[in-house]
Formats: sequence, structure tokens, C-alpha cells
Amino acid sequence: MRRTLKPLFLYLAVAGIVIWTIAPYLWLIISSLSWKIDLLTVPLRWIPTRLTLENYYSLFFDRGGESVNVQLFIHSLGNSSVIALFTTTICLILGVLAAYAIARLRFKGSNFLVLGMMAIQLVPPIILVVPLYVIMRQMDLLDKRIGLILVNTSIVLPLVIWLMRGYFASIPTDLEDAARIDGCTHLGALMRVILPLSGPGLVSVMIFAFIASWNEYLYAFIFTNVDAKTLPVLIGEFSTKLGLEYLRIAAAGVLASLPPVLLALAFQRFIIRGLTAGAVK
Amino acid sequence: MNTSTTKSRFQLAFDNPRILGLALSAPAMLAILSVVLIPLVNSLWLSLQQRDLSRPQENAFIGLKNYVDLLGDPRYLNSLQATIKFSSFSVLLEILLGVAIAVVLNQNFRGRGFVRGLMILPWAMPSIVNAAMWKWIYNADYGALNALLTQLHVIENYQVWLANPQSATILVILANVWKETPFTVILVLAALQTIPDDLYEASRVDGATEWQSFLHITLPLILPVLMIAALLQFIWGFQTFELVYIVTGGGPFSTTELTTLRVYATTFRSLRFGYGAAMAYLTSLIVLIPAIVYIRSAYRKVVEL
Repeated sequence: MRRTLKPLFLYLAVAGIVIWTIAPYLWLIISSLSWKIDLLTVPLRWIPTRLTLENYYSLFFDRGGESVNVQLFIHSLGNSSVIALFTTTICLILGVLAAYAIARLRFKGSNFLVLGMMAIQLVPPIILVVPLYVIMRQMDLLDKRIGLILVNTSIVLPLVIWLMRGYFASIPTDLEDAARIDGCTHLGALMRVILPLSGPGLVSVMIFAFIASWNEYLYAFIFTNVDAKTLPVLIGEFSTKLGLEYLRIAAAGVLASLPPVLLALAFQRFIIRGLTAGAVK
Repeated sequence: MNTSTTKSRFQLAFDNPRILGLALSAPAMLAILSVVLIPLVNSLWLSLQQRDLSRPQENAFIGLKNYVDLLGDPRYLNSLQATIKFSSFSVLLEILLGVAIAVVLNQNFRGRGFVRGLMILPWAMPSIVNAAMWKWIYNADYGALNALLTQLHVIENYQVWLANPQSATILVILANVWKETPFTVILVLAALQTIPDDLYEASRVDGATEWQSFLHITLPLILPVLMIAALLQFIWGFQTFELVYIVTGGGPFSTTELTTLRVYATTFRSLRFGYGAAMAYLTSLIVLIPAIVYIRSAYRKVVEL
């Protein structure tokens, strides 16, 4: 009795977990592919009989008199991409150098810096938003992509340094020592020995940085207005202002979630290792 | 010849770990300093002043007056209570669900890798899409929640869930739990995999039930990880903004108005920058204790490395 019941319970539990995890997102995708009229029927039909790309088309091509401004959507998509790519690149370069310094060079205060990186990740963004707004207004950085790149880079850097430092620390020092004996400088050892061995670490850090920047909402919401508006901010505006345009919001939401979701699913091993790096040893 | 020796001396100096270490970490530290640390201090200074953009002639240093005012500000205290409620219940559910899911996913079954991979999905979703998604699901007229519950005959008529203080609070927490639970699952799953099978074998030989071995073997061994997950998620709960801003806008009757929304309204709607900064600081004091506990446990790991 127990032997047949246990696998049954197990598979029921697994089914429950799968449904709980994908059902909301699946519903968003189905909604984005549906005709409005089909979703307004009561009782609701869960699997639509006909699908359409109309909601997606209307985000990219002007269909006259529609309330979603096509230019605005394409512009925000571009802003989000540019900001996330620059943030990722700058974070990678600055983060690798700093992490190498902290992991290998043990200079004065390096232990303190590691701890600082942990602590900074806990600072609530809402505290920083007000003074940053004042500073950025004085420096004429509001509503500029470069402003958000600067902010996102600094916010993501502590995590990048923390993860990269852990990765460098896990590489044995023997090879590096051998290179040093052969007359290599520290920087030379980093470039020729450590970095070629750090592929997985670099990939995971890039994905974390990209996702963090792409998904960031609060700073973009406060610091941008028109020119530098990002996709999350636009989606936020859609869903507070366009009360009835649910399906178009769903389409925009699916598009905005695809890059981080696909990246995370494709590189899940790296992400899981990164997420557990701080907590599980 | 002279130049080559000075060059090599320069190279030598630059290869000195202390100098190189500082040089390599300087750019990153400068960025963090200017965007995090300077505003952090700046904000503290701002919180001690009256700084209303609408009344610049009254700008003044007022010491702790903003903080004293906050302690008697019913709207702020209400938002603080809402935030504590939101964070505590979120953490409780995320831990309970997270452990349960992790234990199931640690069993042997077909497609285990796939199901584990799915856990990444809610984590990777932009929080704004999560907010828009749940707002659509909770929609009173066409939402999936109403459709599901009527078809299951749990309710007879469509409800305006977000207009009721109690259900609005529960549903906002649920949306948060959906997105944040996978983080706990991933951490706990990693911890479960470090527990050797021998321990379970031994307890089975001793006649322990599965529940007993969970209580006496699994739980104590994953407790440190659970602590960290709970601390982090409590802290993140206090940082939640867009979910509530989009789904309920803080309503109904300010029941879901978290402190972040209050700070936003005070600063950028009422333009009271000093008071807003004080509000952000006072609220952060509450998460300071879990934050210190977290950093201390992290520090122990750093020292061990």
C-alpha cells in the first residue's frame, strides 16, 4: 500500500509545484496571444480556440488611433537594451579588476571591502533615491541613459565583485605562482592564467548584471521621464494609465520578460551556483 | 638606459600587491562611493532639515524634528505596520513553501532537472512584469482568479478583490510569494544536497519515520540557510515598491501602502525632501538588526576562506 501511494503523492506534489510555478506566466502568454473578445466571455475559456499576434503587432506598428505610442515602445526597448549592455560591460571590467585585487592581492583593507560589498547590497534603494535625484539634477544626468548606466553599474557592482571574488578564490594559486616565477606580473597572470580559467564565473556574472539592469524599476522610474525611459517604466505606465489595454500590456510584459527568463533558463546552472554562493558553503 | 630602469621601477612598484590592489579596486570603489555612500550620508544630512521644494524660503536645519514628527504621523505609522505585516507574512510563506517544494524536488522522479530549472522562471521575471501579470489575474471583471474560483464553485459571483482591504493584502502578499519563493527553494535544495545519505540510512535503521528524520536530521542541517533566506527576504520585503504601486496603488484605504510608497509620495508628490529622507532612514533602522545578523554570518565565512 505505502509503496504505491508514495510515488503517487510525489507526482501529485510535483504536478502541483509545476502548475503553481508556470500557470500565472502561461496565462500572461495566452492572454498576449488572444483576441480581446475571447477573454471577455464568462465563463472564461482557458485554452483559446484562435490565436493572434495582433497585440504584439500593435506595439511595433502604428495602427492609427491606438493608445499605445509605438515610437515610445520601440524607444524604451532600445533604451533598456543599451543601458543593460553598457552596465554589464562596465560591471564586468571594473568588477573583475576589483575582485582580483580583493581575492589575490590581500592589500590593506581588502577584508573590509568584502564585507562592505555585502553590506551595500542591503542598503534600501529608497534611501538613495532622494539624494541621488538631487545630485543627478545638479549634474544634468536626469532622463539621460548615461545617468542610469552610472547608477545601475554602481548598484550591481557589489554583487559582481562578491561573486567574482568567490570564483577567483576557488582557483588554485599554483598556476599563477608558476607564471609569476616565469616573470609574469600580477596583471599578466590575471590576463593569461586566471581569466582563461574563469569562463563560467564571467558568464554568470554577466548574466546577473544584465538581468539586474534589465529588470531595474525604481531608479529608472524616478530618474527618467521621456528620453531615457526604460521598458519596465513604460510597462508600469501602461498598467497604471491604460486601464483597459490588458492584452497589449500582457504582450509588452512577455517581451520584457523574455530576455531575462530565457537567459536564466539557458544558464540556470550558473545562476543557481551564483545564488547559493553566499549562503551555502 | 636610464629610462628603462625607471620604467622597470615603475613596473615593479605597480606590481606591488598593495599598490596594485588599491589601483585595481579604485575604479569600482569610486563608482560605489559616489552612487551609494555619498548619497547615504547626504540623505542622513537631508533628513535633519526642513527642505520642501514648494516652500524653499523655509529651508532650515531642524535637527531631529522630522523623526519626532514621524513618530506621531498616523499615515507613516500605518505604512510601517503594513510593511511589517507584508514582509513577515511573505517570509513565513516563502520559508514554509520553499522548504516543502525543495524537499519534494530533492526526491527522485522523472523530469527532476526540468522541474528544478523551472524554479528560475519567477526569479528571473522583471518585478514590474510580475506586478502587471498579477494585476491582470486579479482583475475584477475579466481576471483569471475570478474565473477560476467561480468555475470551481468557490464563489458565486465575481468579486472586486482589490477593493477589499483584507483580500487586497493577501493577494499582494501572494504575488510577492510567487516571485520570491524560488530563491528559498534554490538555497534549500543546495543545502539538502550537502546532507549525506548515510544519516538518513542510519535513522531508518533506528526505526525513525520520515517525518522524524526530517525534524531531527534535515531541519537542523538546513537551519543556517533558512535563517539567511529569511533575513534576506525580510529585508527585500521592506524594499518592495513596484508590486504594490502597480497592483493596488497602496489602496484600498491605504491598507497596502508600504513605507516605500509613502516615501515616494512624500518626496516626489508633496516635494518634502527632508521629511521623505527621514522616513526612509527611520524605516531602515528596523531592518538594520536583521542586516547586521546577516553581515556577521557572512563575515564568518569570509574569515574562513
